[in-house]
Amino acid sequence: MADDATIEAANGAGPGMPQLDFSTFPNQIFWLVVTLIAIYFILSKIALPRIASVLAERQGTLTNDLAAAEDLKRQAAEAEEAYNKALADARAEAQRIAEETRAEIQAVLAEATAKADEQIAAKATESEARIAEIQANATQSVEDVARDVAGDVVAAVMPGQTVDADTVASAVTARMKG
Amino acid sequence: MATESTNSSNTTKSGNGRMIAFGLIALAVVLYILGLTDSYESGLSIKPMDQFAVYPLFGDGPVRWYTPTNATLWMGLAVLSIAVLMVMGTGGRAVIPSRSQSMAELAYGFIRKMVEDVAGKDALPYFPYIFTAFLFILFANFLALIPTSFSPTSHIAVTVILALTVFISVTVIGFVKNGATFLSLFWVTSAPLVLRPILAVIELISYFVRPVSHSVRLAGAVMAGHAVLKVFAGFAGVMGAASVAPIIGVIAIYGLEVLVAAIQAYVFTILTCVYLKDALHPHH
Repeated sequence: MADDATIEAANGAGPGMPQLDFSTFPNQIFWLVVTLIAIYFILSKIALPRIASVLAERQGTLTNDLAAAEDLKRQAAEAEEAYNKALADARAEAQRIAEETRAEIQAVLAEATAKADEQIAAKATESEARIAEIQANATQSVEDVARDVAGDVVAAVMPGQTVDADTVASAVTARMKG
Repeated sequence: MATESTNSSNTTKSGNGRMIAFGLIALAVVLYILGLTDSYESGLSIKPMDQFAVYPLFGDGPVRWYTPTNATLWMGLAVLSIAVLMVMGTGGRAVIPSRSQSMAELAYGFIRKMVEDVAGKDALPYFPYIFTAFLFILFANFLALIPTSFSPTSHIAVTVILALTVFISVTVIGFVKNGATFLSLFWVTSAPLVLRPILAVIELISYFVRPVSHSVRLAGAVMAGHAVLKVFAGFAGVMGAASVAPIIGVIAIYGLEVLVAAIQAYVFTILTCVYLKDALHPHH
């Protein structure tokens, strides 16, 4: 307020409105233009691009994060699905293996049974053959014995008489057949 | 979560530091004002308009167009404050903004949205200038609320240049973008044919009154508020114990002035957007 005198002098006489003191207009207008240009360049060269890039980056980060969250969610769903599928597959596989094993066992069993049956049948046939053979042998033996006995009986009954073996044999055979 | 908590603890620490800095500044201002009061003579000599005087910063010479004056100082401080907020404040370029970056982003988003909503998307190329005008008026108004400061926006020389810049730019943009059809702004097709010439005259007058109201509104509001503050302060200086009443008045009006400072910047900017809308879309 040391400048009061100056101001009064500048304003002319009396306490007028400094706003209407046209002598200061060029000064104010000049400095206003300088100020506006300075602010305009500070804003348009530095501040506005920077803020715009920060806002864009933030928007990008948000979008990316949301997308990533969506992706993770989808992955989790997929993983669950895969897990369920694997579980179902494993169940089916287990079922299948059990079925297969059962069938295999069945087959092996059937085969073994068939083999055993076959062996039994073979054995039975063989045994029958042998029985038949034995029977035949036995009949032969009986004939032989009967012939021998008949010869001996004939010799005992009629001593001195030569025993014709063939006659005895045919007689025995005829007897046995009859 | 971890980074967030460290962040907040950091800001609290620096917040305390800032509180102390603000306290020191406030103390300095109070001491300065107390020192000033000594030089006042006793007696009722209220000069509410003295605060608006433009004087050279150095020496007592005449105010030439290039002389650094108190207007230069306070406009420069506005530039400095804007640079601090908009450049240093956003220096972090953080995805999670600091307080100052958040303020800068809010101001940016506020004006950008205003330009887009009021004047349309094709007005966005003019956003940097509109933002410049908004920030200049806002910061000049707020800085002018510091006691013993100077308020550039209380001077019609300043506001007329601001308004004329808008008026001339808008008129030129209107003719460049629309050619002669820009004149349809004055031809109100929704009115009866007989009334249209009369309305055209009225529209034309109102169009040319725009820069006047645009500038006088801002200068008038700021000047009136500051003058009233000074009148109340002058009363407070001479009323002794009864000064409590004018001091309460000063506090109340100061609060109002803070509001006016922001509102006038907002009004100036939104009117700029409205005029720009008329230039870009004269048919609507």
